[in-house]
Amino acid sequence: MRYAYYPGCSLKSVAVEYDAALKAVCEKLGVTLDEIDDWACCGATPAHAVDRFLSVALPARNLATAQKAGNDVMVACAACYNRMKVANHEIATDGALRKEVNEALGTDYDGGVKVLHLIEVLVNGIGIDKLKERVTKRLDGLKVACYYGCLLLRPPKVMHFDDPENPTSMDRLIEVTGAVPISWEFKTECCGAAMGIARTDIVHKLCGRILSDAKNRGAEMIAVACPLCQSNLDLRQSDVEKDLSREFRLPVLYFVQVLGLALGIDAKSLGLDKLIVDPIPLLTQKGVI
Amino acid sequence: MARIGVFVCHCGENIAATVDVKKVAEEASKMPGVVHAEDYRFMCSDPGQRLIKKAIAEKKLTGVVVATCSPRMHETTFRRAVAEAGLNPYRCEIANLREQCSWVHADRTKATAKAIELTRLIVEKVKRNHDLFPIRVPVTRRALVVGGGIAGIQAALDIANAGHEVILVEKSPSIGGRMAQLSETFPTLDCSQCILTPRMVEVKSHPKIKLYAYSEIEEVSGFVGNFKVKIRQKARYVDAKKCTGCGLCQQKCPTKKVPSEFHELLGTRTAISIPFAQAVPNIPVIDRNSCLFFQKGRCKLCEKVCPAGAILYDQQDQIVEEQVGAVILATGFDVMGVEDFGEYGGGRYKDVITALQFERLLSSSGPTGGKVLRPSDGKEAESVVFLSCIGSRDRSKGVEYCSKICCMYVAKHAMLYKHKNHHGQAYVFYMDVRAAGKGYEEFIRRAVEEEGVVYLRGRVSRIYEQDGKLIVKGADSLSGTQVEIAADIVVLATAVKPKPGIAELAQKFHVSYDAHGFLNELHPKLRPVETASAGVYLAGACQAPKDIPDSVAQASAAASKVLALFSSAELEREPTISVVNEKDCVGCFACEAVCPFGAIERKEVRDKQGNLVKIVSHVNPGICQGCGACVVACRSQCIDVEGFRGEEVFAEIMAL
Amino acid sequence: MDVLNLGTKAAEDFIREVEKLSGQKLANCYQCHKCTAGCPAAYTMDLGPGRIMRLVQLGQEERVLTSNTIWVCASCLTCTTRCPQEIDVARVMDTLRILARKKGFKGDKDVPIFNEVFLANLRAHGRIFEPTMLAWYNLKSRHFLKDALKGPVMFFRGKLPMFPHEVREKASIERLFSKAEGGEKK
Repeated sequence: MRYAYYPGCSLKSVAVEYDAALKAVCEKLGVTLDEIDDWACCGATPAHAVDRFLSVALPARNLATAQKAGNDVMVACAACYNRMKVANHEIATDGALRKEVNEALGTDYDGGVKVLHLIEVLVNGIGIDKLKERVTKRLDGLKVACYYGCLLLRPPKVMHFDDPENPTSMDRLIEVTGAVPISWEFKTECCGAAMGIARTDIVHKLCGRILSDAKNRGAEMIAVACPLCQSNLDLRQSDVEKDLSREFRLPVLYFVQVLGLALGIDAKSLGLDKLIVDPIPLLTQKGVI
Repeated sequence: MARIGVFVCHCGENIAATVDVKKVAEEASKMPGVVHAEDYRFMCSDPGQRLIKKAIAEKKLTGVVVATCSPRMHETTFRRAVAEAGLNPYRCEIANLREQCSWVHADRTKATAKAIELTRLIVEKVKRNHDLFPIRVPVTRRALVVGGGIAGIQAALDIANAGHEVILVEKSPSIGGRMAQLSETFPTLDCSQCILTPRMVEVKSHPKIKLYAYSEIEEVSGFVGNFKVKIRQKARYVDAKKCTGCGLCQQKCPTKKVPSEFHELLGTRTAISIPFAQAVPNIPVIDRNSCLFFQKGRCKLCEKVCPAGAILYDQQDQIVEEQVGAVILATGFDVMGVEDFGEYGGGRYKDVITALQFERLLSSSGPTGGKVLRPSDGKEAESVVFLSCIGSRDRSKGVEYCSKICCMYVAKHAMLYKHKNHHGQAYVFYMDVRAAGKGYEEFIRRAVEEEGVVYLRGRVSRIYEQDGKLIVKGADSLSGTQVEIAADIVVLATAVKPKPGIAELAQKFHVSYDAHGFLNELHPKLRPVETASAGVYLAGACQAPKDIPDSVAQASAAASKVLALFSSAELEREPTISVVNEKDCVGCFACEAVCPFGAIERKEVRDKQGNLVKIVSHVNPGICQGCGACVVACRSQCIDVEGFRGEEVFAEIMAL
Repeated sequence: MDVLNLGTKAAEDFIREVEKLSGQKLANCYQCHKCTAGCPAAYTMDLGPGRIMRLVQLGQEERVLTSNTIWVCASCLTCTTRCPQEIDVARVMDTLRILARKKGFKGDKDVPIFNEVFLANLRAHGRIFEPTMLAWYNLKSRHFLKDALKGPVMFFRGKLPMFPHEVREKASIERLFSKAEGGEKK
């Protein structure tokens, strides 16, 4: 299996562990990733808040390159995934915009490149049963709250990713490892996303709700699929604890790091040391490490 | 030799203001074959009609052209006048100078020229018309009513009380429909079963009503006045002739936890059961899927205890054939389920229920004996939130219409809950309150002003469970705020929709239905109970969401149409139907394939010795609607529509 | 309390402008406020999405474009996902943000600065170089000490690069930005 890989800016900086973990897991499973040549930032949230053309042209630039290379694109960052699928949709349905974008880029892009999230590649491409066979270290008894956030799922008519109100694809991946994906009510509630810098107070409030619900329902760890969600829930956790006068101590791992542990990959390769809320004590206690 | 009379109408100013009617009459008098031409202010009036009759008598007219408004307005009027003067009415035709000329054009010169042309065309046609006589079809004066809810019951009683036999077919084990499931009805808060069951008993004991319960329509053939219907009587595995309705089998049945359809799956029933105590007929049904005998070959306890020996495990479905002259479809409605609403749990939360389910909780014959208890843990509900417009008025769920009954029943539910639980809190999230019926607005005001129900204007975005309560995240647009409520039960007023399988049933009767499955009436304003299929009528919620008063009214209306049909032993039909030229017909039956009404039959042509010469098409004069699809399909040009024959229409076109 | 002036040319123009740019039929909104009900940031908004839609329907340009609502919106798309009339409310919010910036209306102070700083950084390198992006943000927003402690924490865990990565074909990025700046954009 081969994919054109689009890391996105965060996976080279604040989310390096996501990149490291997914590369380790892909190598183990025989998935080849070719990083898209000379890729640029997708524009994330600021682009679509400032200019529609820009917000579509930036992802399109990368997709046009991928189309020439020929393979489907795999993305791990939920925000980049969302922007790329939206760009595809806009270009495919708005003829005037398509013309404008192609003129500016000097390309002939039609919005047709298939963009897949890492979760889709693992669940649909490789398959739950095959993954189960490859598990060498079970994470029995570990209670994980799978947090999907917003951009993986919405708007459902464009994203076509799982059930937008009650998704289960990440839960199934966590289940493969032997860990228990708990049932909880804030799976798809926004963490505050791009407000992280400009209105950190909002992120505190929203993450407070998420962390509280997860903890109330017995979660020992939170699994995420988005660098922004990870950073909001992890980096800001201590501040939220202060706001709510409550201890959470919930490590926030990328789901692929959890999967990597079950596949027998070591903690260092998975970048577990890069997480702010230290997962090692919990994992040691559970006999994983 | 043709002797045509042309009568040009001013229609007051409607035609005369734009068309020079005097000129039209003048030009008409010059047209070949026209021996009389005049104009008059209002041709449809008595004096106007008298002019036509006078001209027919004096000038011995062989055809009449009235150049006036649309034939849909007065064709019948003029044909009657012409018939009274002794001329065959089908020799009278209309040239439409109003809807097709004066009302759509402004230029007087051009409009007048067009009016003259239109008249010329019809003159040419009428010259080729021949006498036609109404077709008489015998009528079987028995009616079929499909559906035993309140609409079907009302229609059946109305027809039976007028002296005609009625076959009433009901799909479920008992008649009564939705009304039997209701606790009380708005706006009177009458006990639903108390006002319904006397009607049900009337049906049971009426000498003119033949009830087929637990039965379905298998096949339909025929036409208005002469339908043949095959009815499948499903096997109850109980001998209806022997069963006394004592209920012992139900008492003793060991399989007690089957989810009950009557309780909308909130309560349970036994494998052999009667849906509710007042069921008509009061004969149980064995549900094969949950019966120990049918599934595992054990038990047979009901057979052992039945004092009448009425259990028949080897009973088979039976097909019965009935002949009727008219049909009323009254199949009722269903509601959307909670599974369709992911944001409200999609069925994961036991305490988020539909309004019909809540109705069962309220009902004293329901699974909780009329107490409002949480389905999840049986605790008393201290706070109940009602959500209106769930699915209805919602493009994203594919239902853009309003379900009409919910605003009223939500108020009813909130009030009944408060009556049972004085300290309970009732909240209603609404978008608009629609309470247009008699006494309806007062009912709503009572809920708000006297019963303390809190109405919040806004929709709820999502519901989730926390610490044993349901957290309802809504909004109140009037105060411009978000609203959060911790509820014990949330009741969703889900959209009304037609019953499943309605498409197949409608197709059996050649009745059309809309994109949602609601059966189509012939005209939304003026013909609400008729369908495009002669002899088939509609009543109740199968046509559109409807409350009980309207369903009952519509049922009586449908019954009156049936009684009009039955008012004579023969049915008179317009003769403008297709006719086959059997000499030329080659029996390819292309016409049969395209006829939307199933009016083409196959007819054998035999010689004097009785040998088969060929099989040709034959048009059933009782069914054919004269649409002409067969004429288009026929490759041999041997089928034609009377009154619109090829010869006549061609002459019209060539006259242009 | 506001008194609204309706039917003015300015109001009509604003409505048409928002409709055209957002591609959404504003009359379809029947004000059910399901968007408001599910909005995670509404607790800190002055108006909320439902009332914004209403005021846009009534052409109240200034009220809408000076609200803090449009800036505090997290683009979580819950409103769009649940709207029964299938209106892309989030897209309307984007449109209002674009118009506010273009026409110089001031609402929230910090979010527009973040957007600006982010895009300038993108334009300069082709990818985001967090150290300078965050530093510029602190400067421009005058929150000089914001996340001052978090910076080193991230750096020492190897989560903040020391040098930016420059996209090779930077001219292609520059072309996009120039085009976005000049002329009437969708």
